[in-house]
Amino acid sequence: MGEYLQYLSYGDAGWGDELLYGMSITVRLFVATLPLGLVLGFLIALAKRSDKKWLSIPANIYTTIFRGVPELLTLFIVFYGGQIFIQMVVEFFVDDVIVDVSAFLAGMIALGFVFSAYASETFLSALNAVPQGQAEAARAMGMSWFRTMQKVVFPQVIRHALPGLSNLTLILQKETALVSILALDEVLRQTQIAVGNTKEPIFFYAIACGLFILLAFLTSIAFKKIEVWSSRGQERA
Amino acid sequence: MDLELLMKYGPRMLHGLWVTLQLVGISLLIGGVLSLPIAMARLSKNKFFNGVSYAYVYFFRGSPLIAQLFLVYYGAGQLRYELQDINMWWFFRDAWNCTILVFALNTAAYQAEILRGGIMGVPKGQLEAAMAMGLKPLVTFFKVTLPQAMISSLRPYGNEVILMIKGSAIASVVTIFDLMGETKLAFSRTFDFEIYFIAALMYLAVVELIRFFWERMDTRLTRHLRPANEQ
Repeated sequence: MGEYLQYLSYGDAGWGDELLYGMSITVRLFVATLPLGLVLGFLIALAKRSDKKWLSIPANIYTTIFRGVPELLTLFIVFYGGQIFIQMVVEFFVDDVIVDVSAFLAGMIALGFVFSAYASETFLSALNAVPQGQAEAARAMGMSWFRTMQKVVFPQVIRHALPGLSNLTLILQKETALVSILALDEVLRQTQIAVGNTKEPIFFYAIACGLFILLAFLTSIAFKKIEVWSSRGQERA
Repeated sequence: MDLELLMKYGPRMLHGLWVTLQLVGISLLIGGVLSLPIAMARLSKNKFFNGVSYAYVYFFRGSPLIAQLFLVYYGAGQLRYELQDINMWWFFRDAWNCTILVFALNTAAYQAEILRGGIMGVPKGQLEAAMAMGLKPLVTFFKVTLPQAMISSLRPYGNEVILMIKGSAIASVVTIFDLMGETKLAFSRTFDFEIYFIAALMYLAVVELIRFFWERMDTRLTRHLRPANEQ
């Protein structure tokens, strides 16, 4: 028992500080990806609803691709593909520069794309749940398109979309673990390093699982709070 | 599209796709069988069964699949002598078995929740009618509740199949040569980026095919639930 506590101690002897650092990277990646995915997802949902074919067709193709390709493969394509692409662009201007795409950025983009593809479906059904007449009434009263969205449609969309978004957020949080394969120093990667040094895989991977579960627990509490807030105008049954 | 590349690595990748499908198929089947007792325990009023099954589902749905896989795959190595003592080492020595085990346990948790939702959705009157007709609880469950629960859960089941296919790419991290594993190997030999796009197209084709057929199956199996004029 004492031996295991030693493993978790903070400092040179233990891995507590390394794991905590990994945790901070995981949270940072998650917090950076979420807004990107949400904004992108909402815009794609709007594009899907549009009557302009050149907007709705690409939006649907986008969703199909990112919902059908494994997250791991998307991550590899963004990471290596991004590297090759940026390298080509840079070589066009200067020689002898080797471009390194950060694993963090690649993870953020890849996971953000996947998240936005799923989120756009959630937003789409939430948008459809808001009666058309409300937007029409707002426009008839002289509100601009943006105002209508902001004051009438969006607050209701949030309420309808929250349960779905809450699920997607928990999935996103778990997917950040995939970026460990690109050697980003998040929790799972730090755990792997600890295992390599101590030869205690069961203990450390169980800790890693526990940390993710803790994170999921905290996120779900936050979502419960937002759900209560977003339905504050609703009658209580 | 580079034809030479396709000729050289295409067959290997197709074989990898077959491995992926086997992996997912076997895991889904085992997970499906396991999900039944878990769902029952989740619905049970017994505090012990309820608590254990809740913890099981929370663990497998709350932590990343890749961390679970590492826990079992590398953890088995640590327990090697203990496993040898109980004659289970032959099983855990093989990455394939570990992967199937983890995938099956993982999907069992998700399928149990799907099934639980389905069972709770069966109207109470059905059970009362079955009881009034003198059916035993077990017969009622297998003949009345379960078939209806599974039909109403068809859509989430389909999503789970697709999520498993996508998630199975993780197996490549523990030396399994599924489609993702073959793709990584081919890329490390050629450094031709097109390989990744070919793999993406293969995954996409399989997922879309499943989506298409699942939708048709759903429409067909639920035709009795729609009003006659909508058929």
